[in-house]
Amino acid sequence: MPPTAPRTALLTRPRIALLILLAVALALPTVAAWMGEPFYVRLATRILVFALAAVSLDLILGFGGMVSFGHAAFVGIGGYVVGILFAHQSDGSTLFGLPGTVNGLVVWPLAMLAGALAALPVGAISLRTSGVPFIMITLAFAQMLFYLMTGLKAYGGDDGIALWSRSTLPAPLNIADHTTFYYVVLGLLVAALVLGWRLVNSRFGRVIRGAKDNERRMAALGYPVTRYKLAAFVIAGALAGLAGALLANATMFVGPQYLHWSRSGDLIVMVVLGGIGTLIGPVLGAAALLLLEEFVPELMDLAHAGLGEHWKIVLGPVLILLVLYARKGLWGVVAGRRP
Amino acid sequence: MSRPLLSRPLLSTDSLVKRFGGLAATDGLSLSVAEGELHALIGPNGAGKTTLIGQLSGELTPDSGTILFDGRDVTRLPVHKRARRGLARSFQITSIFPSFTALDNVALAVQAHAGHSFRFWRDAGRDRRLADPARAVLERVGLGARADTRADALAHGEKRQLELAMALATGPRLLLLDEPMAGMGPEDSARMVELLQELKGGVTILLVEHDMDAVFALADRITVLVRGKDLASGTPAQIRNDPAVREAYLGDEMEVA
Repeated sequence: MPPTAPRTALLTRPRIALLILLAVALALPTVAAWMGEPFYVRLATRILVFALAAVSLDLILGFGGMVSFGHAAFVGIGGYVVGILFAHQSDGSTLFGLPGTVNGLVVWPLAMLAGALAALPVGAISLRTSGVPFIMITLAFAQMLFYLMTGLKAYGGDDGIALWSRSTLPAPLNIADHTTFYYVVLGLLVAALVLGWRLVNSRFGRVIRGAKDNERRMAALGYPVTRYKLAAFVIAGALAGLAGALLANATMFVGPQYLHWSRSGDLIVMVVLGGIGTLIGPVLGAAALLLLEEFVPELMDLAHAGLGEHWKIVLGPVLILLVLYARKGLWGVVAGRRP
Repeated sequence: MSRPLLSRPLLSTDSLVKRFGGLAATDGLSLSVAEGELHALIGPNGAGKTTLIGQLSGELTPDSGTILFDGRDVTRLPVHKRARRGLARSFQITSIFPSFTALDNVALAVQAHAGHSFRFWRDAGRDRRLADPARAVLERVGLGARADTRADALAHGEKRQLELAMALATGPRLLLLDEPMAGMGPEDSARMVELLQELKGGVTILLVEHDMDAVFALADRITVLVRGKDLASGTPAQIRNDPAVREAYLGDEMEVA
């Protein structure tokens, strides 16, 4: 069940937790500037971007029971839309007779469209199966794309595409400025969360959740289940594509490694770590994973030089403990058990 | 054992065959369920009742033969399309949505027949067009007080009632009930018989049931299935007195019934 907060009390624990999270997110650039650590804004931006990708995965994984092990492919495709159009813009060449562009209002929706269009055939084929075969087919598609991009010499092949400017948005949004970009990403993440929230509680969301609970019964009730699951898969692909466009802008780079299966694995870890089927949980999961990745190796290196590269030794036990003792992940810990 | 039907058949099969390996689970079966009747299907274990239900609901495709529903050939129609045409079923092994409340289980059934569900924005939980009819059906099966309980927290008998409520909530023309009393105690069974008695006449019912008391109390007509074949069809009185049926199947139970 998605969280349905009791409608009687205004300030429930989950709501208070949400408000605190939002306050922290809004205040972060100011605090970072005050601390003299502007780098934190860029780290936080990256966290929000991965959070968006993880939230999109939670829509299908947490609510629809579709364990997609290839979600990073849609993120990567979104990133490549930004990178490829940037490359054409910078050398003045055309693509299918059209010039490249860095206009965010063009490129970002295109990244979403590309994510959705890629998710359509992948979903249509992999949704013929379920369980482990579904996992393997989504993985196979993602790896196919990974090797495709690796071999695509026109767009950097292995080396990917380095961007030397971000997308442009209409004034006054100058996202070359790290803080402005941070707030734009935050705004998009909040919008995606609101959209996701409405979605899982709508009639459509009920069908998706019902199919997760009992697909056979859904068919017997008269639902063409696959059609609805495919629609959810495509919506998740579009959101992942947007995350990819933002990721390219955050790192100023696109490469095949964005599509690698281990990135898909990271996204699943974020969802599970943060709380599967909670929407907001994956945001915490993304923060936890990227913060661990950022600071644990440093700390371990302090203890013993070279130890840092084995930082996942720490991640493993944390994951196991959370899965064992907090079924709804970090969000379950923060928001408490629902009545 | 052919007799003129009271009205045209709502559901009929013609020479239906389904084999598993060498075994014919359905062996040239021609069955006809008239509009408005409660037709019971009985037979010993392994007679092919579950296989037949599978073919009627669309989960299994027959090897040959046809299935007509409401005058149209549905033999190869997928499950959800048959359901849309008004063929609802309940499952022998309780099949509900465990993480939904009882009310939401039924609301999901109502929603299935309230147009498409590509509606992404409105909160379905506050949609009275789903909740009101769902609540009415819950009341009808006697689960009104349990509306807000999660389905996996219901007692076994209640789950069976919910199972029926979901089939009813789709507003079906035909109810395929696969052992609705399976695993029920005598009290719950009695309540289910009472409920089916109320439904009878309003909706056509094909009932598969092992409880002979219930079958003979409820059925307008009975078909006895043995090794995938129609051994006998007729009124409860005819079946009770049919020597072939007595010999093949009912022998012991007849004393009880």
